[in-house]
Amino acid sequence: MRTGAEFAEVYAEDKSSTSAALDDGRIEQVTSGRDRGAGIRVVAGETTGFAFTSDLTERGLATAADAAAAAASSGGGGVRTVALTKSAPHRPNDVVHAPDAIAKARKVELLQRMNEAARASGPEIVQVSAGYGDSRKRTLVANTEGVLADDEIVRTLLRVSVVADGDSGMQTGYQSMGHTVGFEIFDTVDVEVLARDAARQAITKLRARPAPSGSVPVVIKNGSGGVLFHEACGHGLEADHIQKEASVYAGKVGQLVASPMVTLVDDGTMPGEWGTLGFDDEGHVTQRNVLIEDGILTDYMWDYLRARKEGRPQSGNGRRQSYQHLPMVRMTNTFVLDGPDDPDDIISSTPNGVYVAKLGGGSVNTATGDFVFGMTEAYLIENGEITEPLREGNLIGNGPQVLKDIDMLGNDFAMGNPGTCGKDGQGVPVGDGQPTLRVTAMTIGGTAA
Amino acid sequence: MSAFESELQVLADRVVAQAAGGEAIEAYVTRGGETEIRVYQGAVEHFVAAQSEGIGIRVISDGRTGFAYAGTLDESAIAEVLAEARDNQQFGEPDEFAGLAQPDGVEVTAQSLWNEELADYPTDDKIDLAKQLEKLASGVDPRVRVDDANYVDAHGESAVASTTGIRMSGRENGCYVSVSTLADEGSGDDAETQTGFGFSVGRSPHEFDLDKAAQDASDRATRLLGATKPPSKRLTVVLDPFVTAQFLGVISSTLNGEAVVKGRSLFRDRLGDDVAAAGVTLIDDPTNMQAYTATDVDGEGLAARRNVLIEDGVLRQFVHNSYSARRAGTVSTGNATRGGFAGTPGVGCLALSLEPGTRGQAELIADVDDGLLVQSMQGLHSGVNPISGDFSTGAAGLLITNGEVGAPVREFTIASTLQRMLLDIVEIGADIDWLPMRAAGMSLVIRDVTMSGA
Repeated sequence: MRTGAEFAEVYAEDKSSTSAALDDGRIEQVTSGRDRGAGIRVVAGETTGFAFTSDLTERGLATAADAAAAAASSGGGGVRTVALTKSAPHRPNDVVHAPDAIAKARKVELLQRMNEAARASGPEIVQVSAGYGDSRKRTLVANTEGVLADDEIVRTLLRVSVVADGDSGMQTGYQSMGHTVGFEIFDTVDVEVLARDAARQAITKLRARPAPSGSVPVVIKNGSGGVLFHEACGHGLEADHIQKEASVYAGKVGQLVASPMVTLVDDGTMPGEWGTLGFDDEGHVTQRNVLIEDGILTDYMWDYLRARKEGRPQSGNGRRQSYQHLPMVRMTNTFVLDGPDDPDDIISSTPNGVYVAKLGGGSVNTATGDFVFGMTEAYLIENGEITEPLREGNLIGNGPQVLKDIDMLGNDFAMGNPGTCGKDGQGVPVGDGQPTLRVTAMTIGGTAA
Repeated sequence: MSAFESELQVLADRVVAQAAGGEAIEAYVTRGGETEIRVYQGAVEHFVAAQSEGIGIRVISDGRTGFAYAGTLDESAIAEVLAEARDNQQFGEPDEFAGLAQPDGVEVTAQSLWNEELADYPTDDKIDLAKQLEKLASGVDPRVRVDDANYVDAHGESAVASTTGIRMSGRENGCYVSVSTLADEGSGDDAETQTGFGFSVGRSPHEFDLDKAAQDASDRATRLLGATKPPSKRLTVVLDPFVTAQFLGVISSTLNGEAVVKGRSLFRDRLGDDVAAAGVTLIDDPTNMQAYTATDVDGEGLAARRNVLIEDGVLRQFVHNSYSARRAGTVSTGNATRGGFAGTPGVGCLALSLEPGTRGQAELIADVDDGLLVQSMQGLHSGVNPISGDFSTGAAGLLITNGEVGAPVREFTIASTLQRMLLDIVEIGADIDWLPMRAAGMSLVIRDVTMSGA
């Protein structure tokens, strides 16, 4: 580092990926991609300079480094020598069958099987699209704090969307599966089951009635509603929002912020999960962080810059979409631990309400705490029983209020579907999970009275 | 566009020249850069200087398509991409409609998409713009602070070539500033914070209106202070221009020719039918230079053009690229979209707008007895299904009573169906605003929408 900056970092990435798309009954296309490059970050005072290049020669890197340093306006001179300490390899995931060792024909065949299984589910199914994707991303981070860490993450993803047609118009169903492992995942995952489930959702919704409006008790099925916590409090516990006082959870450490049943964890080390990494994208080893324990806020999530400002350790939550992006505080796998209740009791003790069996995406305004999430498969609960299917819509609530309004928490924890979390224009893979739970009141965005 | 003979065109041509007999090849090459400056409390928080380039190659033969890309323009990488695309081609299943775009003789509308002033704009002045915007936005109201103020510009050049005779290259640049605000009121348990945003876009920084961006960002946050959850009922909504632009974005996916030919559009059998209220005309016109997404050619290298999709309430046509057009038995409308070099062309509206009406927002509101001015929507990606038409989003805004804007409301949803909403349009505002998205905004009045709250 030739300039007077306090911190400099290089993040290099080499990613190869394969994807295949089936639509309208045929394999439309197989795609291969290659992305590689390096991002260079220089910090001087409160200012971060960042430049990236796909030119990995010494000349390309030097040009990017100069641009980043100039951007940080660090000026000054002098050379600082830093001793790099190679971090021990840390691989939470054992990959058995690397994707590039598997013939493309086998990947394509998975999609054909899903297409057939979905279409065989009923004459109502009029369209099926399915996608397969895998990637291998090797990264290397080195910085002036002496960090030198390399990581390799393999991802395998499958998704299927189904359209059913009936007298009431068209309805859709969706299923997906994603893990940070190789092709061996298909030894245990039955792709036809995924496809049939997507078809079942679409067919079921053909007889769905408009969702109600107003405030209702909501029961959320295990493994389908982790996005609720991701939005209701996850984003609000990211230290960048906290430091700018743009979160409803700022200044609340040590306080009761949720029902005492709730323990919320963000854990980037879970083997095979979608949000899992060996090191975060700043070369810090991922870890298990308890954010809320028995309802009490215990800590926020931290990246290098925000932790440095506070004089405390990072938490392994510095992530970026690619070498073309600045790292920032992000979640990994975020989930709520088991509670005391039998899931069947949760439903039977709810006289009237809504049962959400599958959630779509969501979003939150961290400053107000207001958040929404979509229900892609939901039913009415009448007299303690699940009855009629409902059409799609959003649910809206206020994070701090909803966390306190969780009055039953099941003992049937399950992880959910792979997600992509968007923040400030960057998408990163995340996981979530939760047991069946009940919120005493949320506002449901239907049209029926 | 062809006046700008680029180095990228040479690269694209060179790939296409390697086509074997019976093989159709298309090469799409881009190179670009971006500056992103974020200011916080009078200092630069980050400065990003970005350069990127890449190539995507499509190979079609025997009706089978293969594709590959790489984020580099190294000679050896390009050879690898072509080899991968050829390998991938074997796994595509035959499709009689697969193919590349053919030159269609439609003249390109010349546009000045490259601004020298922006290209030469000094870095320090860009930083100053963001600092100035932060200061202006903090100064409008004492309750308002700034979360971040940003200056962003981007420039890019691209070239496409194909064995079917497409050969196009060009370059463009653009810039915008944006600011996010927080307004605080009360303390302790009564403390409340609301958020706002404002922006200004231009071909060059000289076109920015920083005062308006600052005022918008401040007003959006302060006018929601004290907002409560409203009761549930049916009422008339007035969508703010920004919200209307988001709504049009959803509508555009129902008019997408690919969705139509694959049976995924709820309007697939409705050409010639009344699908919207009388007086509603919806036009996609990327040749309008006022549109932020104005362009002279589409993602396959065909001339961009003006297409009337809904005329006085009647569905006239869908938008197509060359593939969806062949399947539908029609011709491309110049609506191939392309998300950079890493993907094959899709279909989409490029610069959508309703034909504006004659009255401003205040006059529209004056005619509403019991309604809601929608300032923002939340969850368009999660509660709106363009295939079934179900529409449900979180919202925040101001109640309208007897023609007057009143109390702020939040934490509620608005819901209807896309089919109903088009038919329930009461009036379109005159206040057209070109936003940094693929649709223009203007105030829009829609009746009989369900507000779900307490």
